[in-house]
Amino acid sequence: MSAERIATDVPARADIVVIGGGPAGLAAATEAARRGAAVVLLDEQPALGGQVYRAVEANRARGKTLDADYAEGGRLVDAFRASGALAIHEASVWLVEPDGTVGFSRAGAATLMKAERVIVATGAVERAMPIPGWTLPGVMTVGAAQILLKTAGLVPQGRVWIAGSGPLLRLYAVQALAAGGQLAGIIDTTPPGNRRAALRHMGGAMGALGELRKGLAWTQAIRQAGVPWITGAHDLRAEADDDGALGTISFTADGARRSEPADTLLLHNGVVPNVQITRALDIEHDWNQTQRAFRPRCDAWGSTSVPAVMIAGDGAGIVGAAASAIAGRLAALESLRALGRLDQAARDDAAAPLRRALARALAIRPFLDALFAPSPEYLVPAGETIVCRCEEVTASALRQAVSLGCLGPNQLKSFTRCGMGPCQGRICGLTVAEVIASARGASVADVGYYRLRFPIKPLTLGELAAVHAPADPTAPR
Amino acid sequence: MFARPHSDTPHLTITVDGQPVGAREGDSVAAALLAAGVVAMRSTPVSQSKRGPYCMMGVCFDCLMIIDGVPSRQACMVSVRDGMRIERQRGPRPLEVDTEDSP
Repeated sequence: MSAERIATDVPARADIVVIGGGPAGLAAATEAARRGAAVVLLDEQPALGGQVYRAVEANRARGKTLDADYAEGGRLVDAFRASGALAIHEASVWLVEPDGTVGFSRAGAATLMKAERVIVATGAVERAMPIPGWTLPGVMTVGAAQILLKTAGLVPQGRVWIAGSGPLLRLYAVQALAAGGQLAGIIDTTPPGNRRAALRHMGGAMGALGELRKGLAWTQAIRQAGVPWITGAHDLRAEADDDGALGTISFTADGARRSEPADTLLLHNGVVPNVQITRALDIEHDWNQTQRAFRPRCDAWGSTSVPAVMIAGDGAGIVGAAASAIAGRLAALESLRALGRLDQAARDDAAAPLRRALARALAIRPFLDALFAPSPEYLVPAGETIVCRCEEVTASALRQAVSLGCLGPNQLKSFTRCGMGPCQGRICGLTVAEVIASARGASVADVGYYRLRFPIKPLTLGELAAVHAPADPTAPR
Repeated sequence: MFARPHSDTPHLTITVDGQPVGAREGDSVAAALLAAGVVAMRSTPVSQSKRGPYCMMGVCFDCLMIIDGVPSRQACMVSVRDGMRIERQRGPRPLEVDTEDSP
């Protein structure tokens, strides 16, 4: 697609710009556009769905539905397509101004748009799982393997191990096996004490029996397939072969050290909010001790301290796909009220059933948060384990900087270059905060996080110099 | 390692450091390479150690490659096109120096 076509495609203004085409973004854009707003949805991927419903339309067209939850993504996309909202794909957002200006790049051409309201629906990212050797080629995340399955139909083959904890680990194993994949085994690092802690939330989770049954069915399917499932594993390591790629994994389970040949190791350590935009906007973030992540401060509609910017979905704290879609609709309703398109009573009437549905969708969350609370071993890595993959800064280098008087993540950048590579701290941010907190004996809330600045995606000087700001000031209706 | 279902025969061809590799419409560059058994896609500027895709969703920047002559592109975020030229990126991103304009 040529740059000319892209530039002329993009309206200069919109009532609402939604960033992210996952469940929260799709539902927000659909709700707002159905009620008459001019809505533009910007998404980084080539097709709608976000990560959870990645490539859902293409798979549906080929008769590959994966499961009922994934099929729900198809219904969200259908509703979006019927709503009149405009989707712009492969648009990488690098700027959001407090006044609603949004800067993004597409096929090497940068554009600025002006929105009355911006709904940030950039979802979650997988929490880093720093182990010795996790930078070796062949070590990936479970989410990455699931994206390969959804977008390219690729299935695991050969000696593929899955290690870590969390619902996605089980879901991917089930999907991969059903698609004809092979798994060498699952190395479950869930701390054994989590089960007891989760039982305290069983009462609330009974309100989500369907979800509980689904989880049990996944576990059963993996066991029936005969995949070895090693529980209570710790001290996981990845070691290189002669070529400098993954060759072996080792871990301790049942008191014995085990070593296994491996072609691929898939890691998963839960998911955390993607805070790049909200941090760069200087929105206040709060530490959530249960989910062990920072989340941007917002009210029950998703409104933040920046009046033109709202947040919906996992980006405001991990809630899952179903709750994210509802949160998207709530943010849209409040945006419409703020724009004078909906009076407060109409907003509240429309929101009432959504709030009840949200409570149902959230019923299982405390149980899941407790059951899959991350193991401290992978929150605070030891010794020479790399923390910052880009600049190759180790945990011991971070501890040494702290011992020299470095108090927080931003100072750490000048001490070590940690967080200053191309990923802009996306992977290492939370680990850095945890390591400093543990070394100082401080709370992560007090240690804080990287100060992030726009542009939040690398941008060439050529793109910046040729920024296209569409000239037509009239909003599309 | 990852494999394609037998029904999904590659119908596009890209080159990696000059070697032809099959790909399918809808693949990202990183997915096409992983399907072809290519795991290491660059070496790092700091220690020249090999790296491959880690997150596949544009977060980790570990799959940076030279795609159609443009360095430091995220191979997981670029869709394949027939005839695309892919090169492994070794060490730091090369500076684009136009020697003819130099004094």
